[in-house]
Amino acid sequence: MIRFRIIKREPLPGWAKIVIPIAAILVTLILSAIPILLAGGHLWKSYFYLFYGALGTRYNLLETFVKASPLLLTGLAVAFAFRAKFWNIGAEGQLLAGALTATVFGVHMGSFPAVMVLPTIIIAGFLGGGIWASIPALLKTKLKVDDVVSTLLLNYVMIHIMGALLFGPLQQPGSSWPRSAAIIEAARYPILMARSRFHMGIIISFAAVLIIWFINKKTIFGYQSKAVGINIRAAHFGGINTTSVILWTALISGGLAGLAGVGELCALQYRLIMDISPGYGYSGIVIAMLGNLHPVGVLFSSLFFSVIIVGAHTMSRMTGVPTYIAEVIQGMALMVMLIFLLFTEYKIRVMRK
Amino acid sequence: MVNNDQPVVRMSSITKRFLDVTANKDVSFDLYAGEICALLGENGAGKTTMMNILFGYYTCDAGEIFIKGEKADLSSPKNAISRGVGMIHQHFALVPSQTVLENIIVGTDSGKGIFLDLKTARKGLLELQERFGLQIDPEARVWTLSVGEQQKVEILKALYREVDILIMDEPTAVLAPAETADLFKTLRSLVKEGRSVVFISHKLNEVMDISDRIVVLRNGQVVAEHRTAETNARELANLMVGRELLENIEKKELPPGEPVLKIKNLNALNDKKLAALKNLDLIVRQNEILGMAGISGNGQKEFCEVLFGMRPPTDGKIQINDKPLKFGSPTASIKSNMGRIPEDRIDTGLLMDLSVEENLILEKHSSADFHRYGLMKSQKIHQYCDDLIKRYGIKTAGRDAVTKSLSGGNLQKVMLARELAGEPSLIIASQPTRGLDVGAMEYIHQRILQERERGAGILLLSEDLDEIFALSDRIVVLFEGEIMGESPGATASREQIGLWMSGVKA
Amino acid sequence: MGEILDIAFISGLMGATMRMATPIIFATLGEILSERAGVLNLGIEGIMLMGAMTGFLFTFSTGSIWFGVFAAACVGMLLGLLMALLSVNLGLSQHVSGLGITLFASGLAMFIYRLHFGAPTVPPIIEPFQQVALPVLSRIPVIGPGLFTQYSLTYIAWLLVPAMSILLYKTKIGLKIRTVGENPVVADTVGVNVTLTRTLCLVAGGALMGIGGAFLTLAHQNMFLIEVIGGRGWVAIAMVIFGNWDPLKGTIGALIFGFLDGLQLRLQSVGLVIPFHIFLMIPYLLTIVALISVSRRAAVPAGLLKPYRREEKGG
Repeated sequence: MIRFRIIKREPLPGWAKIVIPIAAILVTLILSAIPILLAGGHLWKSYFYLFYGALGTRYNLLETFVKASPLLLTGLAVAFAFRAKFWNIGAEGQLLAGALTATVFGVHMGSFPAVMVLPTIIIAGFLGGGIWASIPALLKTKLKVDDVVSTLLLNYVMIHIMGALLFGPLQQPGSSWPRSAAIIEAARYPILMARSRFHMGIIISFAAVLIIWFINKKTIFGYQSKAVGINIRAAHFGGINTTSVILWTALISGGLAGLAGVGELCALQYRLIMDISPGYGYSGIVIAMLGNLHPVGVLFSSLFFSVIIVGAHTMSRMTGVPTYIAEVIQGMALMVMLIFLLFTEYKIRVMRK
Repeated sequence: MVNNDQPVVRMSSITKRFLDVTANKDVSFDLYAGEICALLGENGAGKTTMMNILFGYYTCDAGEIFIKGEKADLSSPKNAISRGVGMIHQHFALVPSQTVLENIIVGTDSGKGIFLDLKTARKGLLELQERFGLQIDPEARVWTLSVGEQQKVEILKALYREVDILIMDEPTAVLAPAETADLFKTLRSLVKEGRSVVFISHKLNEVMDISDRIVVLRNGQVVAEHRTAETNARELANLMVGRELLENIEKKELPPGEPVLKIKNLNALNDKKLAALKNLDLIVRQNEILGMAGISGNGQKEFCEVLFGMRPPTDGKIQINDKPLKFGSPTASIKSNMGRIPEDRIDTGLLMDLSVEENLILEKHSSADFHRYGLMKSQKIHQYCDDLIKRYGIKTAGRDAVTKSLSGGNLQKVMLARELAGEPSLIIASQPTRGLDVGAMEYIHQRILQERERGAGILLLSEDLDEIFALSDRIVVLFEGEIMGESPGATASREQIGLWMSGVKA
Repeated sequence: MGEILDIAFISGLMGATMRMATPIIFATLGEILSERAGVLNLGIEGIMLMGAMTGFLFTFSTGSIWFGVFAAACVGMLLGLLMALLSVNLGLSQHVSGLGITLFASGLAMFIYRLHFGAPTVPPIIEPFQQVALPVLSRIPVIGPGLFTQYSLTYIAWLLVPAMSILLYKTKIGLKIRTVGENPVVADTVGVNVTLTRTLCLVAGGALMGIGGAFLTLAHQNMFLIEVIGGRGWVAIAMVIFGNWDPLKGTIGALIFGFLDGLQLRLQSVGLVIPFHIFLMIPYLLTIVALISVSRRAAVPAGLLKPYRREEKGG
């Protein structure tokens, strides 16, 4: 009888940390051949258009960055939270909360000096998402409510809050659709590259990578949140105020997701609509895991996902493979990454008796 | 009664490796019917691993096992049980929230078809209880039982499955002296009917008392095998450690100084909202070691948690160096210059997945020395940690080594380094040498004595009476949350302490 | 206002309660089975969506609605098996494995649907389940017509609730499952195959989740929309906690949710002016409130979320 046992292995050398995610991505791409072929798409043509659609022209390349921006922010949001073992599945709701808050300010700040508008909106959006994330954090620390479930449920609550407002006080006068009035001109993110949609928010998201990296690595708070994530009991024993750490983690995490919402509002849509996010908050989870919860890893995996999402549209047009292949690839990438990560710590031993 | 025929168990040339450690090196072991055979060795010698292999819980890398003459393929506990082998681990394999009956019958075939037949099972269980004198209420939920009673449930579990080779791993670690006597009585009646018992222990005296034969392990190998009647404690001790075991504990005569810890009327509840500490009064002075003896589960956990700031008491006052201690805050305890060595160094004390450095600075990371404007001062921290590693002789690949790669003794050294570096005036050490090998134990004992000389007051909680007697200036006993009595270390009698531990207020 | 107390209204409401609760009951029972064995299955939302899509697809292709249900159950079992492979055999984080499956299964469902049906302006429909009136019971005044005129799947759900209670509390395998969930070490040492037990529970649970999803496209509605599950999988997760991991209590939670869902539609139709979206929010808020009240005395299976590996030398 052949039996399998999973046992611990010797730790892998440092370069494994980079090679493993890359290997995971390659394997995922190879596995993607299956749904592509099932869809009747021509294999090489599909791969070609996938990458061409994302990287082949100047516009496509810039568009890839445009798509990467919200993914990067939600990825950072989730990674930052997961690091402290705050299971923030609510990035989607926090993104919407940020967009909502930004809309309120963005629509009504007409009489303010233009230079004040964007900073105010950005801060407001950050706080909106942050506060929305603080609710489940409070529930977790004070009332021991499971964060997975509470963050998840609050996503739906926020969707309905948005719906109630968009059919109500925020609705564009005269429209019967759930959409807000347009935000004022001064609230729009400047476009940084001509003839594209490459906007300021992209820079903000890249800056966020540096800031989060810095917080994690160099600050006391970064040390504390790492400790809390590793072993909350020992961290508490050692004098760390674990409640405070979790609350601040939630605030920052939600804030980052909120910024993603602000970006979609102020750079692309210019008004609040129900579909402002096609699930960026959930994709953020996959991106965070794929990036091994490290800011730089998140950066690269968000770019990878953006390539897939943007490319899938072109691929779909040219080969007929449904765009949903992007979601399928995302799901597969997560599972492949999980399995690869497992094998950095364990190996399979085959036993024959 | 020893049967000299075919051994009922033969383990031949067993080798077992974990990652980088070889726990069993080419070990061979025979067990005969009707005997109690002791496996003696210090912590880490490989006794439990070897028996886990016999129980099918681990699989060996090399070697063969024969049970009752037939080759045995022990790939899982299920196989082992079907061959009549049962094992009672140190941490009982019981589900606290379920009843005694449920715990005993789970996985057995009793019952009608797919349905449980609790009535028949109960009857069968009561019969067993009668036969062996192990009376427990089948409907009681396991969490309500005392440790001694839980052990009886474990024994019944094995008997219910008609196990005739029973392995017990450190069974007396959690028992009061009276309960130990009870257990020995039970074991003797078990072997009278031809069963065999393997008694794993590191306690020489008990092994001499209960066993017919002794097998000594050291560093994963069998070093000796003797009939108990034909050997003595000293010889066994030497075999266990490979050298003279007598620890050189020299305690200087020091007059105790001012009280560093004053506890008055302390009351606290445990997690189940029952009283864990009842009107406790206590004083610890400078230059003094107060040894608190007692079996686990009598309030030690809650007592330490109160002192450590992890559990607010319901009543009482605690003063450290005449300053009142703020309850429920680990920070307050840390700031009161208390060195805290928790019982559970892995789950409570250390962050195993972080580096040694990150653990060493846990309590000091926010102090002015090590940060500026919220940023950690790496250089200073590195220096501090390197220094501690050297001073405490922590064997590690470096300050960046991940803490879980350290051996048990070195883990405790990290704890000590962290807690003692600030020269605390009060040290609370809970089970500091549990699970450690003799070398590490000696180091820790020496360290504790050094701190005593330096002027600290030390509260030592330990289940190891030898340790308590060797180190303490005064001894108290904790039983069901109350102090049963106090005795000066030099003149305390084991009998008296044992009585107090069993709840007898004499 | 008087219309609310109208017998037809009450009767309709009771019927709607049962109807809206049905998918949640299936999902909750499936999740209870997994969690009692120690595995939190966050793949539930994705499994339900795949169940909904598969059921619809097979019914559309074969014309047999029961075959659609069967196909949904099979898909649920396969996804449950995948979850088992990741979280039990490989011991990956249960949180992330589950979410990965939800993402993967959701994407797959939409992908396959789009592949098969394209994106027509008029969505394809099927001939859905018809409600079945139980002979004598449906004529009981007031509650009869509402309560006892339901889809067959709902009646099956009713039967499953006590069946699951019996399974967990009165059978040998139920004791094994509970022991595995409370303390896998204990179970292992008495010879229970922890891996197999958890896998079977995930597979069976997955089947139930798949059927719960299929109910939404085969009975409740007759078409497949991307948002058809609408978070009900997560509600089931919450209902498990709300019901303290007990099948009967969890079902009560599902009924409350169904009641609110049904109430919301009915109040709309009698012109009660509560903003539609506020109403939609209430079940989720109430679930959160329920979680708060329950978290204090939760009877969480002690072995939940911990992967079990035998060869790790205890630290």
